[in-house]
Amino acid sequence: MVDTLLLVLYALIGVVMAIAGIESFRAKDNPARIGTGLFWLIMAVIFAFGTLLPAMIVGVLVVVIGVLALFKQIQIGKIKPVDGVHAAQAAKRLGGWVFAPSVVLAVVSIGVAQFTKLGGQVGIGIGAAVSLIVAIIMTRASGKMVYSDTQRMVRSVGAAGILPQLLATLGAVFTAAGVGSLTAKLIAGLFPAGSHLGGVILYCVAMALFTIIMGNAFAAFAVITAAIGIPFVIAQGANPAIVAAIGMTSGYCGTLLTPMAANFNSLPVALLEMDDPLGVIKQQAPIAVLLLVIQIGLMYFLAF
Amino acid sequence: MEYLKLLGIVIIVVGFALKWDTTAVVVLAAIVTAVFSGMSIPDLLTTLGQSFVDNRMVSLFFLTLPMIGLVESHGLKEVAVNGIQKLKKLTPSRILNLYLLIRELGGVFGISLSGQVQFVRPLITPMVTAAAESKRKLTDKEIDLIKARSAATDNFGNFFAQNLFVATAGVLLIASTMKGLKHPVEPMQVVLASIPVAIITLVVVAIYNRWFDRQFENATGSSKGGKR
Repeated sequence: MVDTLLLVLYALIGVVMAIAGIESFRAKDNPARIGTGLFWLIMAVIFAFGTLLPAMIVGVLVVVIGVLALFKQIQIGKIKPVDGVHAAQAAKRLGGWVFAPSVVLAVVSIGVAQFTKLGGQVGIGIGAAVSLIVAIIMTRASGKMVYSDTQRMVRSVGAAGILPQLLATLGAVFTAAGVGSLTAKLIAGLFPAGSHLGGVILYCVAMALFTIIMGNAFAAFAVITAAIGIPFVIAQGANPAIVAAIGMTSGYCGTLLTPMAANFNSLPVALLEMDDPLGVIKQQAPIAVLLLVIQIGLMYFLAF
Repeated sequence: MEYLKLLGIVIIVVGFALKWDTTAVVVLAAIVTAVFSGMSIPDLLTTLGQSFVDNRMVSLFFLTLPMIGLVESHGLKEVAVNGIQKLKKLTPSRILNLYLLIRELGGVFGISLSGQVQFVRPLITPMVTAAAESKRKLTDKEIDLIKARSAATDNFGNFFAQNLFVATAGVLLIASTMKGLKHPVEPMQVVLASIPVAIITLVVVAIYNRWFDRQFENATGSSKGGKR
């Protein structure tokens, strides 16, 4: 039952991505429109038919996406922004009710996850469907409007939207290749395993440091959790959910400290016309270090 | 050479650090790791494809985009801006802390607007500057500090509360990666485990912002240069 429902949800994602693909092909002013359209259509096929296709074919399609990206053929291009006049009128009419669909999404997703046997993933799907219906009724939007807002949102997410899934895939490949056990062996030579606190410090600090270097906590998470989190913390009997959740937010402390995370730390400098290029990071540094120390304590006390 | 399969990690680290195309870097790292662990090309493609399909749940958040697009085009930002504008006549830290609270509550309900562009620049920075200027004229350096602190507050609220919602990419990535690493966790468990950090951030940053007010209470100008 749950598996069938999930297949339906993945097929729906396929539809959403196909819409983005069609509209990307039609965006004449995007020099990379063919590649971008192809990217979304490939994704649509993987989501709609992923279980039916031989895994090797999906592997080939993923490599094709990698090649498209390598040659800069996946571009968001220019997307028509929200119509300000229409938005302002709707804002006047709806007021605070404009937040209702988001609340419905959260409540329904969590409700289904907690009170039915369908699980969290199906919950998200049902929540998304119910909240969309609520939003359509509230805004009295036409089908055309829903279509146009959908393609606008999906296309503006772009290839960055599938980065989390690709990173999770990389984590699985690391596991299949035995990367975690190898790095564990390497690090164990430098750092004695077997201490709860030592393992927690090593994992949290490594998450922050690798995020500082890479500028992306998601990427650091896939690598460092396989290499350090599992062998040095979870293998000692720690609760995996607590370790993983706090591990990720420890990585965010690294995001606060690095010019590599341009979206968060450099974009505001430009946007706000600041003189000091590191101004935002300087304001964040004390909190980032303090929160990292606090999180080491939290993980140590909550996970064991 | 067993250690060659660690080349995948090197590629990821170097590729992200040098700002190569992220999608291409991740695919390349996966291929290199698989090749050096002794997989044949068909095995490699099968592993890659199977893992990608198995991790489709990470992209479930795509299903929420049609609804978010619809409320965005019907004034989500405008209503939020109107609400925040009602906070006039507060001290700088009150404005910053209320914005922090709003940002974290937004995180609980999965509302993640691009805060720097939509709120910090047009709204928060001018309001905080006006509040600080009500006491005395500010120096350019102080105005720069206000801008930086406003941007920082947005990042604090955004980062440490976003995992409070089950359908965010971060939570789904954690759940799916942990499944791949053979220690499965439910998205909801990740959300629960993220609550303490979100609350601590709220408290710690609120105190930090209260301190910020002191710089502007002193009528003679910069409080930092007072040692001479």
